[in-house]
Amino acid sequence: MTSVQDSRIPARPRAAAYLGFIHGHLREYSILIALVAIMAFFQVVTDGILLRPINLTNLVLQNSYIIIMALGMLLVVVSGHIDLSVGSVMGFIGALAAVLMVQFGVHFIIAGAICLLTGCLIGAAQGYWIAYFRIPSFIVTLAGMLVFKGLSLALLQGQSLGPFPEGFRLLSSGFVPDIPGVEGFNLLCLLVGAGLAAAMVVMALRGRARDRRHGTADEPVAVFALKHGLIAAAIVYLAWLMAEYRGLPNVLIVMALLIAVYSFVTGRTTIGRRIYAIGGNEKAARLSGIPTERLTFLTFVNMGFLAALAGLVFAARLNTATPKAGLGFELDVIAAVFIGGASMSGGVGTIMGAVVGAFIMGVTNNGMSILGIGIDWQQLIKGLVLLAAVIFDVTNKSRD
Amino acid sequence: MPPLLEMRGITKTFPGVTALAGVTIRIDPGEIHAVVGENGAGKSTLMKILSGVYPHGSYEGTIVFDGAERTIRSIRDSERLGIIIIHQELALIPLLSIAENIFLGNERATAGVIDWRETHARTRDLLARVGLAESPRTLCGRLGMGKQQLVEIAKALAKEVRLLILDEPTSSLNETDSEALLELLLQLKARGIASILISHKLNEVARVADRITVLRDGACVRTLDCRDRTIAEDEIVRDMVGRPLTDRFPPRSATVGEPVLEVRGWTVRHPTQPDRSVVDGVDLTVRRGEVVGIAGLMGAGRTELAMSLFGRSYGRWTAGTMRIGGRPVDAATPRAAIDAGLCYVTEDRKHCGLLPDESIRRNIPLSNLEGIARFLVVDDHRELAVADGFRRRMAIKSPSVEQKTGTLSGGNQQKVVLSRALFADPRVLVLDEPTRGIDVGAKYEIYRIINDLAAAGTGILMISSEMPELLGMCDRIYVMNEGRFVGALPAAEATQEKIMHMIIARNG
Ligand SMILES: Nc1ncnc2c1ncn2[C@@H]1O[C@H](COP(=O)(O)OP(=O)(O)OP(=O)(O)O)[C@@H](O)[C@H]1O
Ligand SMILES: [Mg+2]
Repeated sequence: MTSVQDSRIPARPRAAAYLGFIHGHLREYSILIALVAIMAFFQVVTDGILLRPINLTNLVLQNSYIIIMALGMLLVVVSGHIDLSVGSVMGFIGALAAVLMVQFGVHFIIAGAICLLTGCLIGAAQGYWIAYFRIPSFIVTLAGMLVFKGLSLALLQGQSLGPFPEGFRLLSSGFVPDIPGVEGFNLLCLLVGAGLAAAMVVMALRGRARDRRHGTADEPVAVFALKHGLIAAAIVYLAWLMAEYRGLPNVLIVMALLIAVYSFVTGRTTIGRRIYAIGGNEKAARLSGIPTERLTFLTFVNMGFLAALAGLVFAARLNTATPKAGLGFELDVIAAVFIGGASMSGGVGTIMGAVVGAFIMGVTNNGMSILGIGIDWQQLIKGLVLLAAVIFDVTNKSRD
Repeated sequence: MPPLLEMRGITKTFPGVTALAGVTIRIDPGEIHAVVGENGAGKSTLMKILSGVYPHGSYEGTIVFDGAERTIRSIRDSERLGIIIIHQELALIPLLSIAENIFLGNERATAGVIDWRETHARTRDLLARVGLAESPRTLCGRLGMGKQQLVEIAKALAKEVRLLILDEPTSSLNETDSEALLELLLQLKARGIASILISHKLNEVARVADRITVLRDGACVRTLDCRDRTIAEDEIVRDMVGRPLTDRFPPRSATVGEPVLEVRGWTVRHPTQPDRSVVDGVDLTVRRGEVVGIAGLMGAGRTELAMSLFGRSYGRWTAGTMRIGGRPVDAATPRAAIDAGLCYVTEDRKHCGLLPDESIRRNIPLSNLEGIARFLVVDDHRELAVADGFRRRMAIKSPSVEQKTGTLSGGNQQKVVLSRALFADPRVLVLDEPTRGIDVGAKYEIYRIINDLAAAGTGILMISSEMPELLGMCDRIYVMNEGRFVGALPAAEATQEKIMHMIIARNG
């Protein structure tokens, strides 16, 4: 047994180092590669419809609520739980928003705030039993799923309710106003895309420089350059495409901010560390002084908040609240999180993985719809995608 | 006499680690063969290869059993040959009865219908053979560790065992249970069943083993034959560690100061049986720089006392006061206890200590994440520096701090859990069985760490079932029995007999 004197990677033949590194990060790359491959596939078989500016914009709008909920679901799953109620809660909040705005004429900002608060309360009510009374989350949220499905039916009395005030609809259907300039091309969108790409490259370079100073940079230069080069190019390209349509949807801004905040919280903060620890071994976490109950409770409050936000986005997009809204969405959200590499037993998973997982589902849905594939086959293929992703994970893990 | 088993030139590597490097071992029919070595020497790995946990092809080398070369691809293959392993973590299903567990996967059935009469009758026979007086219908979860071990052995006997492998069977047993188990091994030997015994308790090994193979760093150092002469423990230790280890306990110069932990009238009720006091009116004091021991039998309430002091993590606290550094402390959660300067290192590192799927570096700072963060944001480089610092200071054997703790050997896992407590910078450190399942060399290191902490002014409260350890390490020893402190002895006066006497006197 050799114990290497420090954690730096010793000088090895280059190719071996590359292979070793890629093997160690297989999961991280494979899911991104899978997304790109699926997009390329549908781009070809749909004769380029997939990446048409209007379709791309639609793709983002269509998946925004799934992604928003996937962020919360990731935390729930990482802490070792599951939430089956998110679809129903989302529908219920949509219904509540409609009743407040359409029936009672409450201003949309106040109504929105009431809805978000209600989402938190719903999360708190479920999280309370799960965290402090140790009732399995599967059961509590299964009950919640039924309760809120019933409540939205009752609230809407089985009818659809709409339309929403104009201001509210902007949440989903609005676009960030362009800076005056080129006609028929959204300059702002391209600039934001380019700025974002540049910012990511700069941050990556700075991070790498810091790692080098501490002697912990283990990603081979070529992999590093290729990875960030490709990501930056992809962002600029997608921004370009969207600029050719109507530019930046409001909801994309909301989503991007949320993704940034949640990746930061899970990846870099002590709160994130603690949530992963709870999922990794709850008893050990508690004996390490981590308030496991309070944190579990809060992950459900957070989930309720995000489900409510998703409910508002969805209602604004459809411009009406229906008793069927959100039906079965919990399955897409949960699938996204597991495709993204989270583990059923908790303690494993990343925000980026969940987002990419949601896009894999979204692109597959969208591509199949363009091709005119029936809902029956769509369901089947989505099921197989989920199964394949998890099988890949499990076999990859047992090979280590 | 042709050997029963020969493993030749076994080499097994994990990413970054060579766990076994060309080990050759021979087992004769009907012998008790002990395998000893430091933590991480490769003992468990070797047995996992033999029993098919690591299948043929995932290692190099050959296995010859009963005169023929065998390819063992799964646990089923090894069981078919009559090789049965009892793992360090027992594999009984708590909600099934003894009989159901014994015949699990091997049911007495015709056409899928279980013959309960035969099952229970045969279970009774088997239980009689292992000397366990329990009904076949008793649920396994109700049995203590010692009895569960015996059930495991009965299960092995039900499968026509020819070679029994026991991986640290006595590490969580008390002396009486250990004694019974070893006695049983000798009986089995008399009936011609060979066994391989892995243990860190060298006195046991020296007592029952016919031959002893010493592994060090994945290689076979020596095989000692105990049949023609008695082997001194020191000789085994020298081979294990690679140098003579003259003292089992590092020298200690205590400078004891003022009290840091004062507990008065501490009383705790059982979590589900509110009329049962598990800890009853305990008074205890630990001073700065002092190492205080708590002796007692299993079930005396020592762990319960410690857990309850540590943020009421056990049972229902009903009475008692605690002062740390002279100030009254009301610690209702582990966090509050840690903040007040009290840390606890669990006896059950697997279930209550480690995050097995996380790296060493993620495990160590867990009790004091503020120590590696700035405004809630974790500083990766601080974290790495802290973890690597502990890896060196505690001599944790691993290629880097990125290794998952679940794949570390027992001693190294213990050092990780201990590091976590130390990083929280406690004034009083409660250690629960700090050397369970740990080799002599690593024990010595852990003792040294304890002494260093005491020398730096930390108060140490140490629970241990190994009397020599308490006698060798402590300045003062409390004796606990059935939830009460039944005596206290300064180290100079304490002897094993006196302590046992105090326990028994109360038991009447
Ligand atoms: N799955 C694994 N992945 C990586 N390394 C491993 C794995 N299993 C074991 N090891 C390493 O192989 C070496 C031998 O481990 P093994 O468990 O056989 O030791 P041991 O002699 O049984 O120790 P102990 O006395 O602590 O039980 C150790 O360095 C350990 O870290
Ligand atoms: Mg072992």
